[in-house]
Amino acid sequence: MITFSQKQLKIPQMSKPVYLVTGGMSKFGRAIPEMRTEELVVDAFTEAAEFIKKSPAELKKYIHSCYYGHFADHFGDQLLGEALIHDRLGLDPLGNVGIKTGGATGGSTLWEAFKAVASGYSDCVLAMGWERMDEVPTDEGNNYIACAADKDWETPLGHIYTGYYAVMAQKYWQVFGKSEDSFRKTMAEIAVKNRGYARMNPHAQGPMKITVEDVLKSPVVAYPLRALDCCLMSVGAACAILCDEKTAYELTDNPLLVYVTAGSHTLRVADRRNMEIPLLPNESADQYKDLGERFPGSDRYPGFTGFLAARMAAYYAYGMANIYDPTEDLDLVELHDAFTISDIQTYEDVGIRPYGEGRTYVESGDCYHTNPNTGKPGKLPANLSGGLIGNMHAVGATGIMQAVEVGQHIWGRWAEMHENQKKWDAYGRTKPKDWQNLQVDNAKRGMAISHAGVGSHVTATILVHPDHQLKGRNS
Amino acid sequence: MSNSNKRGTVKVINGRYRPDGSFHYNYPNTPIYDEAGKLMGVTNPRDLTHIHAYGGESQFFSSLKDGEIWGTKCENPDCEHTGTVNLPYKIYCPDCLKKAIPVNLTATAIKSATVHTFMVTERTGAFNTLEKPIRFINIEFEGVDTILMSYLSVGEPKVGMRVVPIFRKVEPTFTILDLSWVPLGTSVEKLPDGFSFSK
Ligand SMILES: [Zn+2]
Repeated sequence: MITFSQKQLKIPQMSKPVYLVTGGMSKFGRAIPEMRTEELVVDAFTEAAEFIKKSPAELKKYIHSCYYGHFADHFGDQLLGEALIHDRLGLDPLGNVGIKTGGATGGSTLWEAFKAVASGYSDCVLAMGWERMDEVPTDEGNNYIACAADKDWETPLGHIYTGYYAVMAQKYWQVFGKSEDSFRKTMAEIAVKNRGYARMNPHAQGPMKITVEDVLKSPVVAYPLRALDCCLMSVGAACAILCDEKTAYELTDNPLLVYVTAGSHTLRVADRRNMEIPLLPNESADQYKDLGERFPGSDRYPGFTGFLAARMAAYYAYGMANIYDPTEDLDLVELHDAFTISDIQTYEDVGIRPYGEGRTYVESGDCYHTNPNTGKPGKLPANLSGGLIGNMHAVGATGIMQAVEVGQHIWGRWAEMHENQKKWDAYGRTKPKDWQNLQVDNAKRGMAISHAGVGSHVTATILVHPDHQLKGRNS
Repeated sequence: MSNSNKRGTVKVINGRYRPDGSFHYNYPNTPIYDEAGKLMGVTNPRDLTHIHAYGGESQFFSSLKDGEIWGTKCENPDCEHTGTVNLPYKIYCPDCLKKAIPVNLTATAIKSATVHTFMVTERTGAFNTLEKPIRFINIEFEGVDTILMSYLSVGEPKVGMRVVPIFRKVEPTFTILDLSWVPLGTSVEKLPDGFSFSK
């Protein structure tokens, strides 16, 4: 589809507001051979229960239906793995359903859970996601992931999904990055930032204290992408409890309003056709008139450089939450940094920066907890969890982990959840001597973007402190 | 174990699959221990063959061995975007969902194929059969609304580079791998084994 009807552009409506009450996550690792998936899932659920001072059994009594995100049945060699987890959580005979949308599975799981509460079907739901990508060797894992591309038209080409995205990275690099060393360095800064933030996160699989030089010297995966530009492949689980207002306040004094939306675009990038740029509230058609002159080769939209699914998810979400300008109206974001360059692409798709100017979000220092240029708080810190590059990408859990991380900032409990020495010890990880509290002061609103592969599915989850809802500026 | 059996093949007779030979092979599983000798799990080996239908896309995959590239065009006059040409081949127009008309795009490809973007990578997944590094190319064609993904077999890719199709006419695989590309002007001696130009 390249043209929309007004019906398709309707801002999604809820029959009642939905709240995030709590969330939790397990440790994340490349391989966790000592634990079954159910153990990871129970860890995540227990953390969520304890976060609101409930026992897991007490929390379970509130749950009415269950939404399970688990992308790759192949990895665990188990169909209906969701049902096994449901049973192990002792939530039978409640209704449950498995959700799979590739890398966006976690976000899509929240989407389904959100709609179940918004519709009035359930007053309290469990959104639980996990992945275990350690049960096949890496090259077989890469083949399985490539099977999420078109098996006839794409998968035989190298059986390597990264390659199908990498051609998009190449186009963006040449057109909007202009193949400049300075742009390459900006990409590297994202890798340094996210791995550095991961050092403060006991859950994180890939903490590293590195420099831009280290990134630029790391092995080439697919030029210009280098090993340290790429996200992790992980094992782990994360969950969230969503409720209607009445139930939310029974469980906690401090639930957060949540909005979840989704967009999609063709699974094969090959099928993407030209269209007008759909505008976000803070954009005007005029500003893109000369895009092709400023960035030769950018004449196709979304072409191979934009993620239309991200734009659609943001469009719907900003409409629901009355976000006019994400950089002004949000206090932090967790973005799907599968690759440093896709992170930059996303800044534009979700309107943090206009198309063509994504790099300035990093270069201005706005994306940092503390702006390295000014020493003051970053305007819109991104991926303080470490993101997919530093923390984890346990596919079905990723979008949920992101939302829970954003929530912990708005709750003002980020330090509590990341500083605790017992957690570092339990996960067998050493807390760095220079551990830093990354709590965003006075965080009121935040967003998590969950994204699949070449941009086939993207969700936007916006969390808002109920005392700080925005009034409509969008119309 | 009957690993010496003939690997499975399939025919369609009277509209039904007729499998012949072995479609799976059994291997014993093995225990996984840690250093202390604690049982951590087991391996689950397997070797199996799937059956897959090309259905209405068969035209595309069967024509590659003949040196032809087929796409489809929506000729529904009532379609919002009538005239849209799709390569990859689409059986139905995604806009109006009417049957699209197969069109031979071989000449279009020879005349206008241009690299839109590309990627060179040494990294592949299990079961890859392409020579490394793989040179992924995404190709624009005049009058075609979509951009085909494929691979370059000779030379180094560049955005804007003109390329021409080559076809695996000898021992075709009947997959997308039977189609590859070389820079315009490449001589026939440089083509990989089994491949030739359209004519
Ligand atoms: Zn049509």
